[in-house]
This record gives sequence, C-alpha cells and structure tokens, in this order.
Amino acid sequence: MTLREIAELLDAKILVGGDHLGIEVKTAFSADLMSDVLAFAKPGSIMITGLTNPQIVRIASIVDNSAILVVRGKIPPRETLALAEELDIPVLSTKYILFETSGRLYASGIVGCVRKIEGPESIVPL
Amino acid sequence: MTQGHNYVFPVEGERFDEAGKVSVQVKQILKKIGIPDAVLRRAAIAIYESEVNIISYAIHGTASLQVTDDHILIDIQDVGPGITDIEQAMEQGYSTANDHIRAMGFGAGMGLFNIKNCSDIFEMSSEEGKGTHLKITINR
Ligand SMILES: Nc1ncnc2c1ncn2[C@@H]1O[C@H](COP(=O)(O)OP(=O)(O)OP(=O)(O)O)[C@@H](O)[C@H]1O
Ligand SMILES: [Mg+2]
Repeated sequence: MTLREIAELLDAKILVGGDHLGIEVKTAFSADLMSDVLAFAKPGSIMITGLTNPQIVRIASIVDNSAILVVRGKIPPRETLALAEELDIPVLSTKYILFETSGRLYASGIVGCVRKIEGPESIVPL
Repeated sequence: MTQGHNYVFPVEGERFDEAGKVSVQVKQILKKIGIPDAVLRRAAIAIYESEVNIISYAIHGTASLQVTDDHILIDIQDVGPGITDIEQAMEQGYSTANDHIRAMGFGAGMGLFNIKNCSDIFEMSSEEGKGTHLKITINR
C-alpha cells in the first residue's frame, strides 16, 4: 500500500511529508512504548502510536520508519512536527483508535514487523 | 590503518526534551564513516536507550563513541544512584519508571535488554550512590 492509500483508508490528515505519499508500505508496528518500537520495528515500516512528543520522530529516525501514523485524532505539537520536517519523516493523523487503525491496515494487507515473541533470543533489531 | 574517530557527548538528567539527540547525531557520523545500515542501527538503538536511562534516572553523564577498524566502542558513564541489582534491571519488563516517565512512552523495562541485544559484547557495572557504567562493543 502507498502512504496515500493508507491516508485515504483511514481518512487521515497529512501533517508532514505531503510529497512522500507515493512511498510503498508493507509493514507496521503499533506501540505506545518507545522501547518496544526500538526492539521490534523494522526499517521501512510505519509507526502507529498514540504518543505525540518529539521522541516519536527521533525513534522513527533511528529505526528508519517510513512514516508515523498518530491515532485517536491527536495532533502532535509544533515541535514534533518541526522535527519531522527537519528529519524528513511523514506524519499522518487519523481519528480511528489504535485497534481500528491496525485492523483496517491488516485487512488491507499490511503485516506486523514481527508476529509474536518466541523468546528473548528472537528479538533481533535488524 | 587507524582512523581517529572519537567523540564525547554530555547527557543531562531530566532533559527529556533532548532524549535521542546523541543517537541521531551518532547515526549520522557512522553513516558518513560508511558503517552498514544494519550495524549503525544497532549502535543508534543502544545509545538511545542509554541516553534515556541517564535522563530518567541519573544526574548527568556522558556517551563516548570510538570507531576503530574493527569495532564501534560505546562507553556510557553516569553520576547517579547506580543500580543495586543489575540482573533484575536487565530483565525484560522490570522498570522503576514513574508515571511522568511512562506518560512520555518510556518505562517498558526493555531498555537495558535492547542495549544488550544490540551489542556483540556488553559489560555493565554500577556502584550504589555513585553511578553506572556501560561498555558496549559492536563489530563493524
Ligand atoms: N543509569 C541508570 N541509573 C540508575 N538506574 C538505572 C539506570 N538505568 C536503568 N536503571 C534502572 O533499571 C531499570 C530498567 O532499565 P531499562 O532501561 O531496562 O528499562 P526502563 O528504563 O525502566 O524502561 P524503557 O527503557 O523500556 O523505557 C530502570 O527502571 C531503573 O530502575
Ligand atoms: Mg530505559
């Protein structure tokens, strides 16, 4: 799915990165805890979160998320959006809750970065 | 051939607004040196978690980066309360983070585990009332 299709599916506002809507997305990771994103997110995936502080942008930059999708209608503060502009990471905001957002994307073919945790050894952040 | 890539970054306690700055900088430095993406990603994650721990729990500290021909050496030192039970702190899910820290998306109790997971060699020592020292080695 492209970011544009994701935005349409979720009736999302594009807050940053309107010129990157052609990006192809295959995987996603939903979390409200940043260490979990660092542990499990894969490069190119989108981060789905209810957090809005600038940390989400730095984390996205570290794990090479292709975009950030903020749920529950939250609009990140200006400092978060400014950092996203600077680091060139698209930010979208949808009014759907995390469950609905993830479910709709999954039903459209987006899969998680990992399916389940097999044991401590399986966590390889690559 | 030895390249001289040495950097020291200060990290201040409680400055959550700065969390991740060192990591993003280090990632750019390593990229310029030509470190492969998968490797610099591990370094960036290890530094990020270390920074956040200093900010969350210590008074102040430093993150040092040294890149040799074969390794990325990351040295994290802080002045702070230290960790009494290192084994317990390393456990996934163990966290003493307060509500303020949790509200910002930290406190999963995954940080030290992530750091170890990103390291080829991970050494940690701590002295109660003095501080904590992490030595992280990542093969290039
Ligand atoms: N530098 C430090 N100084 C003192 N205590 C620390 C330090 N680093 C970690 N700790 C202690 O170890 C615990 C576990 O740390 P860890 O980084 O694994 O998880 P966390 O910080 O609680 O949550 P997360 O990193 O997932 O956001 C912390 O809750 C804290 O009690
Ligand atoms: Mg931590």
